[in-house]
Amino acid sequence: MTGATPRTQLAVANLRRICEAELANECDLEIIDVLEHPQVAEDQRILATPTLVKHLPPPLRRVIGDLSDRDKVLFGLELLPSDQSRGGRT
Amino acid sequence: MSVHSYSEPKSKAQLESPAVRKTPTGIASFDLIARGGLPEGRTTLISGTAGSGKTVFAMQFLAAGIAVMGEPGVFVTFEESAADIRANMHSFGWELEQWEREGKLVFVDASPDPAVETIESGPFDLGALLARVENAMKRVGAKRVAVDSLSSVFAQFADQSIIRRELFRIAWALKTAGMTSILTAERLEEYGAVARFGVEEFIADNVMVLRNGLEDENRRRTIEIIKFRGTDHQKGEVPFTIVSGEGLVVLPLSAMQLKQKSSEVRIKSGNEELDLMCGGGFFRDSVILASGATGTGKTLLVTEFLRGGAEAGERSLLVAFEESRDQLFRNAIGWGVDFEKMEREGKLRLICDYPEVNGLEDWLLVIQREVAAFKPTRLALDSLSALERVGSIKAFREFVIGLTSFVKHKEITGLMTSTTATLMGGASITEGHISTLTDSIILLRYVEMFGEMKRGVTVLKMRGSPHDKGIREFTIDREGMHVRESFKNVTGILAGTPVHLSPGDIERVWTQLDNDSDGN
Repeated sequence: MTGATPRTQLAVANLRRICEAELANECDLEIIDVLEHPQVAEDQRILATPTLVKHLPPPLRRVIGDLSDRDKVLFGLELLPSDQSRGGRT
Repeated sequence: MSVHSYSEPKSKAQLESPAVRKTPTGIASFDLIARGGLPEGRTTLISGTAGSGKTVFAMQFLAAGIAVMGEPGVFVTFEESAADIRANMHSFGWELEQWEREGKLVFVDASPDPAVETIESGPFDLGALLARVENAMKRVGAKRVAVDSLSSVFAQFADQSIIRRELFRIAWALKTAGMTSILTAERLEEYGAVARFGVEEFIADNVMVLRNGLEDENRRRTIEIIKFRGTDHQKGEVPFTIVSGEGLVVLPLSAMQLKQKSSEVRIKSGNEELDLMCGGGFFRDSVILASGATGTGKTLLVTEFLRGGAEAGERSLLVAFEESRDQLFRNAIGWGVDFEKMEREGKLRLICDYPEVNGLEDWLLVIQREVAAFKPTRLALDSLSALERVGSIKAFREFVIGLTSFVKHKEITGLMTSTTATLMGGASITEGHISTLTDSIILLRYVEMFGEMKRGVTVLKMRGSPHDKGIREFTIDREGMHVRESFKNVTGILAGTPVHLSPGDIERVWTQLDNDSDGN
C-alpha cells in the first residue's frame, strides 16, 4: 500500500473482515507502506497498490485493488469461500 | 464565402514564460534534426511499429546520457525483462552492467512475471510502481528516464481507465522531478493513429515516430519529429539506420547544405587535356558526374582522377561496386597506374563490395566513416548506378543528396560515374535524378565513324566556369587517356545517331549562324 489513503484503509478493513470470516483469523498479515520501503516493492516486482500477496501456502498469488469483491479475493488466493466448504466439498 | 487569415497574437503568459530549453541527448546525429536535443525536463513519446527501434532508441538515450553527458538514468521496462534487455543490447557496446554497478544506471523491471497470477478486485493505482521509479531516480541521481512501453502497461491490467489515469500521473511525476524522459508506444500501422491505445500521444509533451516501411522490397527506416511543444525541430521523415557498436544513427540529408562554402581552388583531374576542357581543372569542393555506356572509359577517368591525387600528394578514397579489387588493379596497371603502390604509400584507400550488402543509408554511413578515418581530399564512386537497385528511387535520390552535401561540406572533390542503359547516346535513371545535384557533368560516348567505333568526351556542364563546348575524340593506350581534336564533321553524337557532314555543309551552317548573330 501507499500511505494512509482512504483506499488503503478500505482494503485493510476488507482484508481483516475476510480473515475473520473465512480463515478464522488463522493468518499472519504484514502491511508494508511502499513509500517508506520502496525496495520491498522492487524486490517483489509489485506495480499496483494496494496489492495483496499470498506467500503461504503455495502457490504465490496476488490480488490488487481495494479487495471489495470478497469472492474474487478468495478465488484469487485460491481459497474456497466458507459457505461452499460447509456444503461438504472439502 | 470569405477567407479569414489571421495570426494568433501571443498571450502574455506565452511571452513571459521562459523558453523551452533543449538538452543534447548525446546522440549527435539526432541532436542535429532535433535542433539541439530533447526539450529539457519534459516527456517525449516515441511511437513505432514492432521492430522499428523504439527500445534501442530508449536505451541509447540513457547510454549517451551516461557516456557522453554524464547524466545517470533509469530504465523502466514493461515489456522485456531487464535481463533480456541487457542481453539484447549487448551488440551495441554499451556497458550496461558496469554502469549499474557504478550507480549510473538502474532498471525498474515492471515486465509481467509469468509465474505469478494476479487478480483485480476493486479500484487500484500504480503507486507502488511510482514509488519504485522515484526510489530508483533518487538512488542514482537520475536526470533521464526511459519508459518502454506505455502500450504494454495496458496489456498487463484489465481496467484500462485506471491505467490511462495512472500513466498521466507517472508522466506528471517525471516532469515534476525535472526528468527529461522518453516514453515509447506501440503502433499498428506505419501511417495511421500515432499509437495503439489512442491516449499515449496525449500523455507526453512531445511526439516522435519511428518507421520501418517496406519500399520496393527494401526496408527503409525513418524518424519523424511530429511535435516539440514550444520549440522548433526539423520537419518530415529523416532516414536512419541501426549500427552495431553504436545504435541508431540519423542521416539528415540537408542539415549542412546551407553552410557549404564554394571554393575557387582548382585541382588537377589527372588528365591535362581534360583539365583544359574544364577551364583549368575541377573545383576543390565540387561533385562531378561522368556518364557513359559500358566500356566508354568511366573507370579510366576514375583511375586518372586517383593518379592525379597521388601525384599532387593527396589521399583518395575509391568506392567500387562494379569490379573486384584484382580487376581494378590489373586495369589500372594497363593504363600505367599502380594502385598497389598508391595504397602502400597511404595515398589510396579502396572499398570494394557488392552494392547489395548494405542499404543506401548504411552505404552513406560507411562512406562518411571512411572519410572521417582516412581524411581523403578526393572521393571516387564507381558506379553510382550500381546503387540504384539497392533502394527505391526516392531513397536513391536522398542518398545522392546526402553524399553530395557531405562531400561539399568536407571540401572533398567527388567523382561519380553513371552507366547509361543504351550503348549509343541515351541517359540513365541516375542522371535524370541527380544531374541537377552535381556541379559538373562529363559525357563519354561511342561515336561510329566509317565502320569504326571511336570514343568521344564532352564537358556538358561546369558550374561557375567556362569550359570547352566541343565533343572531342579521345584514345586510350598504356599511358591512359588522350584527348584529341573535336569531331568537326559529325553531328548527332549525343543523341546516339551520328550523321557525317561534308566540309561544305559545315561551312554553310557556320555562315548561317554568324549571320543570325549579326542580325541580333
